[in-house]
This record gives sequence, structure tokens and C-alpha cells, in this order.
Amino acid sequence: MFELIRSNKRRSMALMFFMLALLLALGFAIGGAMVPSISMRTGNVDEILDHGLIFDPAPGLIGMGIAFIIWAVQSLVAYFQGGRILLNVSGAKPIEREDHPQLHNVVEEMCIAAGLSKVPQIYVIDDMAMNAFATGRGPENAAVAVTAGLLGRMNRDQLQGVVAHEISHIMNRDVLFMTMAGIMVGTIIMIAEVFLRGLRLGAGRSSRYGSSRSNKGGGQIILLVLALVLAVLAPILAQMLYFACSRRREYLADAGAAVYTRYPEGLASALEAIGSDSSPLEVAARATAPMYIANPMDVQSRSAFSPFATHPPLEERVRILRTMAGGASYRDYQAAWSKAGGRAQMPASALAAGAVPLRAANPESGAEAPERKRQMRLAGDLLRKVNQYIFLSCLCGLRVKVPPQSAGQTLACPRCKRALQVPVAQAPAAAEGEIPYAVAKEMPPLEIVHRGQWMTFNCSCGARRDLAPGFEASQVQCTQCGREIQIRREPGV
Amino acid sequence: MIITIVIAVIAAVLALWVAGIFNALVRLRNGVKNAWSQIDVQLKRRHDLIPNLIETAKGYMQHERQTLEGITQARNLAQNARGVGDSAKAESGLGQALAGFFAVAENYPDLKANQNFLALQEELSSTENKIGFARQAYNDAAMQLNNKIEMFPSNVVAGMFQFKAAEFFEIEAPAERDVPKVSFS
Repeated sequence: MFELIRSNKRRSMALMFFMLALLLALGFAIGGAMVPSISMRTGNVDEILDHGLIFDPAPGLIGMGIAFIIWAVQSLVAYFQGGRILLNVSGAKPIEREDHPQLHNVVEEMCIAAGLSKVPQIYVIDDMAMNAFATGRGPENAAVAVTAGLLGRMNRDQLQGVVAHEISHIMNRDVLFMTMAGIMVGTIIMIAEVFLRGLRLGAGRSSRYGSSRSNKGGGQIILLVLALVLAVLAPILAQMLYFACSRRREYLADAGAAVYTRYPEGLASALEAIGSDSSPLEVAARATAPMYIANPMDVQSRSAFSPFATHPPLEERVRILRTMAGGASYRDYQAAWSKAGGRAQMPASALAAGAVPLRAANPESGAEAPERKRQMRLAGDLLRKVNQYIFLSCLCGLRVKVPPQSAGQTLACPRCKRALQVPVAQAPAAAEGEIPYAVAKEMPPLEIVHRGQWMTFNCSCGARRDLAPGFEASQVQCTQCGREIQIRREPGV
Repeated sequence: MIITIVIAVIAAVLALWVAGIFNALVRLRNGVKNAWSQIDVQLKRRHDLIPNLIETAKGYMQHERQTLEGITQARNLAQNARGVGDSAKAESGLGQALAGFFAVAENYPDLKANQNFLALQEELSSTENKIGFARQAYNDAAMQLNNKIEMFPSNVVAGMFQFKAAEFFEIEAPAERDVPKVSFS
């Protein structure tokens, strides 16, 4: 495991150095080609005529320095704020254990399997598209974010596969690397763009005021040509490297997910479900795309291979996971990958690890339609809770979800038209299924009388409350003392 | 004079090398301890959850008294087990009792609709998974330590400081040991 991280680190370092060299070369060439032509406009023509033929590295170094500073500033910001920026951009909201116990459990399970000592903070994204991403610069301050659509439609095994993929990204330090590499590529593109645009502008100007090209020395012309070539090629090269790296890391994260869950089918069917979902994630940006489990932007091209794709084709990922027969180790994944035509090799240390047996499917995962419906409703409720919605139980049994703007107003129940007073600051009424079992014991003593389908609650303050047969909320507020009474439905009634 | 320096340097290098191996051994042993405590945490959590489960299920399953008593017994057995081997055996017994219980619970739709029960079921199955994953992590750590203790040259240092090989957390239930068959249809 740690060998894998180390070998990854070496490889990424080499790549980063190469890209940095590319960036600095671009800076040097542009600097060398541009800076004297600026000083020329200020009038020192003679001096340049005298020294033009002598190669002077100073302007090139200045260009290099500027390129370096641009890159360094962006990198520092990304290093310290990247995670938060990414979470903010995608509109992710942090949730606690009580908000979605299953998601929390699944994340904890995968942390134990991966040997990650700190459970990452969990976020949900208010979007019905199915996707997830991990962020944070290291295992200590990582975060995992999933969309509400994913929570609503995945069964436990699928969710586990997706979370394992994200934890695998965290363990492999992919987030930090892809952010840093992304910044590098962005800087290269930016500098090249500015240069090319500036050149076009300069060319237009020089044709109007007579050619200035004759004033340039031979060394400078070479630098100008070099800068042009680099400005055109460097962004393409850097992007191809970046995307190749991103895809490779997706494969590795898939393999890691199989090792952690010991159940490749979970992730495979999750990816299949994600592939059949055609809605793009609205909050995703191009720069954040490699962090997601599947490309959130170009939904149509998810199944096609392209050298400029952040992710390998979904079908291929599914096929590899499904051909992993007999085991869930990195070696099994490599075998399946080669069978699918993959040429790349995984780090030798990963392949040397011992065999990992597969496990059987989770019995609960074959959920039927009503279960799915409940799951969707839970995901919706979770979002409303995160967005500070107020949950009210009407006497007619309808659970009304009120947006926070309506706090303090009086609304009519949509079913029975009864007037409902929306409290200003409500103690968060637990949505269905969110009542922790420990609380049930501390409820005030009360008497429940059943009369046919009706239920009568005698609160301990003395008040009585009748509940109609259609009342389906899990708790009711005592009209006299304001106490919240949990309704426990007795069996056989 | 030169000879003394050479000997001193060799001795110092040797001492550093031994210290390095010793530290690696200690790190591995602590890793094993840590992995074991992780299993322990999850086993305790399972023990704590079971009374809640029995309490919730009791009202619905009057005719399954035996199943419920079986779980309670298995739990008490597991709670009193000492040592890696013993508790592995007792815990897998408890795991089987729970699996049997959840299979029976399928026949009680009222129970399955109970929110408390659903929450408990999620907690217990998650705890079960966590035990499985923690066991895997523990066995990995134990294997690393044992390899280091048995392989040359670290076995010399391990023998000098009397490092003991760690016990594996074996699965006793034959059903659990079978390689599960997965069909992709």
C-alpha cells in the first residue's frame, strides 16, 4: 500500500518537473522574444542594433521569472485553499452522521479497509445528477462529496464502490497531484494564449508603423520562432500528459476500490448506472472535472476514448471490473486490464501484494421499488434539511416541508387546508428515519390507547391527543407542553 | 590507532543498523496492536447494539424466542472471550446468530417497517462490514510483522529482543471461509 503511494509520488514528481521545465522554457522563449521589442518602442534603437546579435539571457530570464511567479502564486492558493474552493464552487454542504447514517457508515468502512486513520468530512451536492468527488491535499484534511442523485439511486454495494473509489483517490494523493498538475497546465495555456494574442496585436501594429522585424538580431528571431512553436505545442503536450495521467489514476482508483471493497461488481454496476444517467452536473467546472468519479461535463462523450478525456471510457472501466475473476487484488485488476487492451502497467509494488478474495453481494442490495422510493425521499429530505427546511407534521398526517424563507408565517396545509404555524427557530424536527435509536429511550412516559384505527396519546403533562388512522409522521408535538412525542407503532394494530 | 577508528566506525554502523531494524519491528508491532484495537472497537460496538436490537424485535417476534435467546447467549459468550483465537471463534458464532436472525426477520413485515429496526439493521450490517475490513487490515499487519520476524537478517534482531509473532484472526465458520461465487448475468 505505502509502496504504491511512494511509486506514485516518484512518477508524479518526474511529470511535474517536466511540465515545470516546459513552462519555464516557454517563459524564457517568450521573454527573450518580447522584452527587447518592448524596450525598442521606448526608443533605444541604436543600442539594440549594436547588441541585437549578441545573445543576452536577461530578457529570457525575466520571462522565466514571470512565468514562475504566476505559477507559484496559483499553486500556493490551490494548495491551501483548493479543497475549500472546490467544495464552494460545487455547492457542497457538509453533513453529520445523523443526517445520513448509511453514507457515514460506508465512508467509515472504507476508511478502515484502506487504513485511513481520519474519516474525511462528508458533503452532499444539491444536484440530481449522479456523481461524486474527493478533495483535500492529504489524508488528514480530505473530504468526500456525493450528489443527492447518487445517494437516492445507489444501493449499498454501489455506494460502497463509489466511496471506495474516492477514498482510493485520497490514499493515492491524487487530489493534490491533479490539482497541482491542473494549475500547471492552466498556467501554460494562459501564458501561451497571452503571448499569441499579444503577437497578433503586435503584428497588426508593426505593419501599420513599418516593419520592426529588421531591427531584431538573429538570436532573437530564433527565440521568437521557438516561442511560437512552444506556445502552440506546449499547451497541447501539457494537456495530453495531464489527461493521460488523470485516466491512469482513474484506473488505479478503480483497482483500489476493488481491493478495499473486495467486490468489484459494486463499483461496476455503479459506473453502469452513472453511465445510463444522462444529466450533466451543473455545478462542475472544467478544472474540477478530473476529481469526479465520472466526467461531469461531457456526458455524451463518456463512452468514447479521446486523448483529451479526463476519464477512461465508462464501458471499459465496467468491463475491466467485471472480468476480474477469482480475486480483487491489484494483480487481478492488472490481468483484466491487459485483457481489455490496456498497455500501461501498474506499479510493481501493487502487483506484488497478496491475493485478495472476493466477497458475496450485500443481501440488502437487491432493493425493490418501494425501498428505492424511500431512499429517494430520504435523499431529498437530507437536502432540505441541509438547506434549513422546516419539517412540520400536520394533524392530517401529511409531513409538510417548508423552505426557510417561510419561517414565522402561517401556511395552509396542502392536503387538509388547516392553518399551520411555521415556527421561527425550530428545534430540528427529525425527518423520518433519522431518529437515532438512543433517543427513543429518553422519551417522556406516556400512555397510548388504541381505538380501532385511531390512536390516542396521553402525554405526561396531562394533555390528550387523538391521531387519525392516516397520520403517518413519526412524531407529534403535544399541544399543551410542546413536548415532542415519538410515535411508536405497536405491532399487530 | 586507525584500526580502532575502523572498528569504532563499524560498530557504530552496526549499532545504527540494529536500531533501524528494531524500530521497524516496533513500528510493525504497534501497527498490529492498532489494527487489533480497531477490531476491538467494532466488536464492542456490536455487543452494545445487540440489547437494542433484542428490545426492538421482542414485541414483534414472540414466536422467535429461541432465535433471540440464541443471540443473547452468543453475545455473552463473545463478550467474555479472551485472546485472539477464542474471541475469533465466539465472534463468528455471534455473526452467524445475527445472520440467522436477519433471515428470520424477513418474515415480519411490521418489524421491517420499524424505523428503529431499520436504523439498527444498518448499524449492525455496517459494524459487520467494519469487522471484516478491520480483520483484513489486522491480518495484513500481522503478516508484515511475522515476515519481518522470520526473515533474515531482521530475524536476528527480532530474536535478540524477543519479538513474538502475531496470531492471525482466522475465520472459524466454514460457510464464511468458502470463496463466494459471483455471477455476472
